[in-house]
Amino acid sequence: MADPISSYPPLVSVQNLVKRFPVKGGILSREIASVKAVSDVSLEIFPGETLGLVGESGCGKSTLGRCILRLIEPTQGQVFFRGQDITKLGPQEIRKLRRNMQIIFQDPYASLNPRMKIEDILEEPLLIHKMGKTSADRSLRISKLLDMCGLRRESLVRYPHEFSGGQRQRICIARALAVEPQFIVCDEPVSALDVSIQAQIINLMQDLQKELGLTYLFVAHDLKVVEHISNRVAVMYLGKIVETGTAEQLYQEPKHPYTKALLSSIPIPDPTYKKERVVLKGDVPSALTPPSGCHFHPRCPIAQENCRHTAPDLREMGKSSQAHLASCHYAS
Amino acid sequence: MLAYVVRKVLSAVPTLFGVALIVFILFNTVGGDPTYQMLGRHATAKQVAELRHEYGFDQPQYIQFITYLKQIVTFDYGRSYATKQKISDMILDGIGPSLSLMIPAFLVTTLLSLGLALLVAYFRGRWIDRTIVIVCVFGMSLSMLAYILFGQYFFAYKMGWFPISGYEPMWPERIQYLILPGLIFVAVSLGYDVRFYRTAILDETNQDYVRTARAKGLSEGRVYFKHVLKNSMIPILTNIVIEIPLLILGAFLLESFFGIPGLGSMTIDAVHNSDFPVIKAMTTLDAMLFIFGNLLTDILYTLVDPRVTFE
Ligand SMILES: Nc1ncnc2c1ncn2[C@@H]1O[C@H](COP(=O)(O)OP(=O)(O)O)[C@@H](O)[C@H]1O
Ligand SMILES: [Mg+2]
Repeated sequence: MADPISSYPPLVSVQNLVKRFPVKGGILSREIASVKAVSDVSLEIFPGETLGLVGESGCGKSTLGRCILRLIEPTQGQVFFRGQDITKLGPQEIRKLRRNMQIIFQDPYASLNPRMKIEDILEEPLLIHKMGKTSADRSLRISKLLDMCGLRRESLVRYPHEFSGGQRQRICIARALAVEPQFIVCDEPVSALDVSIQAQIINLMQDLQKELGLTYLFVAHDLKVVEHISNRVAVMYLGKIVETGTAEQLYQEPKHPYTKALLSSIPIPDPTYKKERVVLKGDVPSALTPPSGCHFHPRCPIAQENCRHTAPDLREMGKSSQAHLASCHYAS
Repeated sequence: MLAYVVRKVLSAVPTLFGVALIVFILFNTVGGDPTYQMLGRHATAKQVAELRHEYGFDQPQYIQFITYLKQIVTFDYGRSYATKQKISDMILDGIGPSLSLMIPAFLVTTLLSLGLALLVAYFRGRWIDRTIVIVCVFGMSLSMLAYILFGQYFFAYKMGWFPISGYEPMWPERIQYLILPGLIFVAVSLGYDVRFYRTAILDETNQDYVRTARAKGLSEGRVYFKHVLKNSMIPILTNIVIEIPLLILGAFLLESFFGIPGLGSMTIDAVHNSDFPVIKAMTTLDAMLFIFGNLLTDILYTLVDPRVTFE
């Protein structure tokens, strides 16, 4: 895939984003604690590129994606879209912004209203954003969407439950594309699908990206899925980004021990290839009570004494012009 | 569609047969011999034998069961031990008073609880939601007897707003006797219904497709009315429809305390008098109406939910 033109200003820029969920308890449902689902995340996404966002389940990927679209309200920090701080916008303006920013959810079964026909599912966004004056205009647009996403015309009068998972995800993609967005958060769009279908959907999304010049934030829970679609990749652990770089940097020269562990769990088809196996010890700690210092230290193979006390910052790892950042005291 | 309805009705027949068998065993085998009850302790053997013959208790069990099945089909349950009236006539007489209490009370309860549930679900988690839910739980936890005693003492006796109890078959005189028991019915049922409907609505609020609707750019109000409510109507309608046939049976305690001559007080009287044929008829009717309510909701489902087909 061609390199993104990162000399352009970023399309999306996230600065020091924090999202806390209150944990309620007691009969009066008072707030007794909070989960820091996203903690001080900054990232940039450039026009036309795909940023892969990877991390184990529960590390805050969906929360980050939804905060960027303001489907949930960030606790702190800013999100800039085309240079505009959208965390300051009112509900009216946010709804207008939905024309430019869309989302595809993980579960294509649950994310379509079971009582609406495909036709109505696809027409609703056009009506909301007053696209297409007459119903003929709209149905023209809808049949174009069907073509783009590889769906048949007969689908229109059907209900979501009549389709397979792959077809439903195509419907979700068509629905997201209906309003001609520039930016789409793809929240594990293939995780719920059969392996045989996953590649088809990823290919479709890549073709659409080229054709329409889309920008993706592509979320996945393993590095394998995002390897081919991403220009750059960010690895998340317990609410923080621990490593980010171009896809090449990350897959060829991973710096953070967590990234190395994730990579070593991907099976390699070449049996002669020997690589160091890094096996993760234990489970992901609870986001409610994250470990002190570097959140990764209890599972880290190279942790030292100071990792328990001092949280590392993201710092530059490579010498190339492309940024390659990792947050580890001992990575180099 | 018609074929589906016919199939559903036919599939209810074995259930009904099973229910009939259980009721029969309960009354004829487990229940003991009712003739001793009727004649008292000092009856002679001859008297007992005569009565047993009169009621057919001397016949083999299977003949008695067939007689019972015949009774169900022909809606002729014989005569009451206590009043010697035909039971089918007693039932037909009781339906009117029962329904004139239950239909308005049920309508008011349903409309009011739906309205409140919509309100609290929309403001979920805020003070108005919490307050109403706490009031509902409080209202649910009080026994119906407490409502009846308080209502009769305070609103009827002290304030004199309603008659304490009684009944008048004529319209509109009948109405004054029905208001207080009707209000008590509403008060007792409201908490349960509000909480049920609220949960049904909130279950939908947390679904992914609601997030999709928000992501499309719909306003909160439109998301709520167009997407959430339409889907939560499925469990809500089911809950409403399944209760409708049972309205005929009336409300036991209310009718009995307020002297309303409906099926509820008839059943309570029958229990007091060990009037087995009446209790048996009412038990059978209750089961049949319940099966009928289930049938109605099954059919309704296929009409309102595209995921359920006629298969
Ligand atoms: N609505 C919510 N209320 C409370 N906690 C939440 C909520 N949504 C997510 N969380 C918590 O935030 C953390 C991150 O969740 P999520 O963003 O869904 O992770 P991921 O998408 O990476 O699997 C988890 O610990 C999860 O339990
Ligand atoms: Mg997720």
